[in-house]
Amino acid sequence: MSARVLVGVKRVIDYAVKIRVKPDKTGVVTDGVKHSMNPFCEIAIEEAVRLKEKKLIKEVIAVSCGPQQSQETIRTALAMGADRGIHVDVSGKDYENLGPLQVSKILAALAKKEDVRLIILGKQAIDDDCNQTGQMTAALLDWPQGTFASQVDFQEDSLKVEREIDGGLETIKIKMPAVVTADLRLNEPRYATLPNIMKAKKKKIDTVKPSDLGVDLSSQLEVLSVEEPSQRQAGVKVETVEDLIKKLRDSGRI
Amino acid sequence: MALLGKSLLRSKFGSYVCKARELIVNQRRCIVSCVDPSLGLTEEQKEFQKVAFDFAANEMAPHMAEWDQKEIFPVDTMRKAAQLGFGGIYVKPDVGGSGLSRLDTSIIFEALSTGCVSTTAYMSIHNMCAWMIDAFGNEKQRQTFCPPLCSMDKFASYCLTEPGSGSDAASLLTTAKRRGDHYILNGSKAFISGGGDTDIYVVMCRTGEKGAKGISCVVVEKGTPGLSFGKKEKKVGWNSQPTRAVIFEDCAVPVINRLGEEGQGFLIAMKGLNGGRINIASCSLGAAHASVLLARDHLKVRKQFGEPLSNSQFLQFTLAQMATRLVASRLMVRQAALALQEDREDAVTLCSMAKLFATDECFAICNQALQMHGGYGYLKDYAIQQFVRDIRVHQILEGTNEVMKMIISRNLLQE
Repeated sequence: MSARVLVGVKRVIDYAVKIRVKPDKTGVVTDGVKHSMNPFCEIAIEEAVRLKEKKLIKEVIAVSCGPQQSQETIRTALAMGADRGIHVDVSGKDYENLGPLQVSKILAALAKKEDVRLIILGKQAIDDDCNQTGQMTAALLDWPQGTFASQVDFQEDSLKVEREIDGGLETIKIKMPAVVTADLRLNEPRYATLPNIMKAKKKKIDTVKPSDLGVDLSSQLEVLSVEEPSQRQAGVKVETVEDLIKKLRDSGRI
Repeated sequence: MALLGKSLLRSKFGSYVCKARELIVNQRRCIVSCVDPSLGLTEEQKEFQKVAFDFAANEMAPHMAEWDQKEIFPVDTMRKAAQLGFGGIYVKPDVGGSGLSRLDTSIIFEALSTGCVSTTAYMSIHNMCAWMIDAFGNEKQRQTFCPPLCSMDKFASYCLTEPGSGSDAASLLTTAKRRGDHYILNGSKAFISGGGDTDIYVVMCRTGEKGAKGISCVVVEKGTPGLSFGKKEKKVGWNSQPTRAVIFEDCAVPVINRLGEEGQGFLIAMKGLNGGRINIASCSLGAAHASVLLARDHLKVRKQFGEPLSNSQFLQFTLAQMATRLVASRLMVRQAALALQEDREDAVTLCSMAKLFATDECFAICNQALQMHGGYGYLKDYAIQQFVRDIRVHQILEGTNEVMKMIISRNLLQE
């Protein structure tokens, strides 16, 4: 199988970090805070590497959009088994405005440029929880999508994707080229091994600019403010059911 | 932020006890800045460290209490670690090792130790034995013994100490008399980590005259007639590894199993210990690191006299001193590792200094952290007591801290 797979990996604040909001309310504190690969992106890389090990696909390309530090995330992907990386250099104001629409335009352009048959992404990032990039990328490319995948079966030129939906599990068949987004139970990502970490050093990471891909990064969204969720208020205990009804009526709840 | 369903976070309910366990598991990923063990490392070393931390948090920390209480030797978990390359970290790649440096090794053991000190310490002994065969064995010995050790298909033990010779190691009495193409071993070794459960024994025995020059190093395989084991010792800590006496009664070992030349055994043993001392000190670092984080979190949560303990200046200052001594210990250990891998002339003394300093300081740190937990620190539901118990022995083995002082003073007073 000569297929190439593109996997998007996002550098996000580590899940174990206690998030603090910046005093000027423009966002959360990211300076000096520990970052790592988005956990759903880890699952996406793992799936791609497993497909390569089964010899169903030829090459796994890891992509990340962001500043210089995004290369660390690509290195982790290489250590897990990706063959090469592409770093799309986005920094400063452009990086602050980088959202699913911009990223999906970039991924769509790269998919065409690298002649990719399958894009695997995490279902969402744990910082913005957008859950949009996979869907938008598929729409821009006019490719079918299998989102919230908990199982992917690779067939000659189509995929059988089992999806986790509100009602349970849905299995669909989609033709390739396609976009798949990984859900939690798709697989258990492997640890990078020491030899693979060392081999990853020798693997190539190409850097490109969004302008090289003809992508316009302007955003239609403006973040007005970022605040902490309001503190939980203390409850009130009441003596009788009548008191309860009265209180609910007084506060306009019923 | 989406709640990540990884198994670590599944027990986010109810009691304070559950919270303590969860804190251990999360905090070992280490977010606090001044004691961050990744400061000053290269990108690649940070990657190694990350794998080790993740492995420790996911595969070891959730089980460390059970392994301690039930005295389980976690063979499967160690084999998983070996698959990642942790079975022969500084063994050459042509025989299955990872070919990393002493500093890389120290970083890895420090991170693994936050998951379980006892298991990591055993793995470091295993690594030391694998290296001794790799460095001093001939091609046939390397090809025979190293690959299964690096994959942890087979486990190793280091046999130097005897009932009558601990610090005075060169006075060991186990004899190896040449008879044709075998050595006949007679004697016994004491306090052997892994003894009875491991497959390969790297044994220092007397082939020649009295003293260090008469000692040779041979590899004995389990199942050799004449090789038997004493009862499993009951220990204060290090309970995830069995400790037994190793007994030789007319045990015939092929001469081709001798590492290096006759009379070279003591040198091989000491060279092995240089790295072993850095590794043990690294295990102490990991325990102290985990303990500082546990203490820090406890101080923020526990309230007395109407305030969290973290408002008490005495406790703030104590925590600051603990953190400072931890970072100082870490620097000593890493410096010694660098000196050893660069083969500097001060390497042996630096390794001794690092082992002395780090094991003493880190025990004091863990002990202080236990004190900060108050009564809870004494309960086995809390990990802090296990760190204290497990690292106490680091001040004793691989050369007591008194012997470390002997080595250092000898270096200072030499002409």
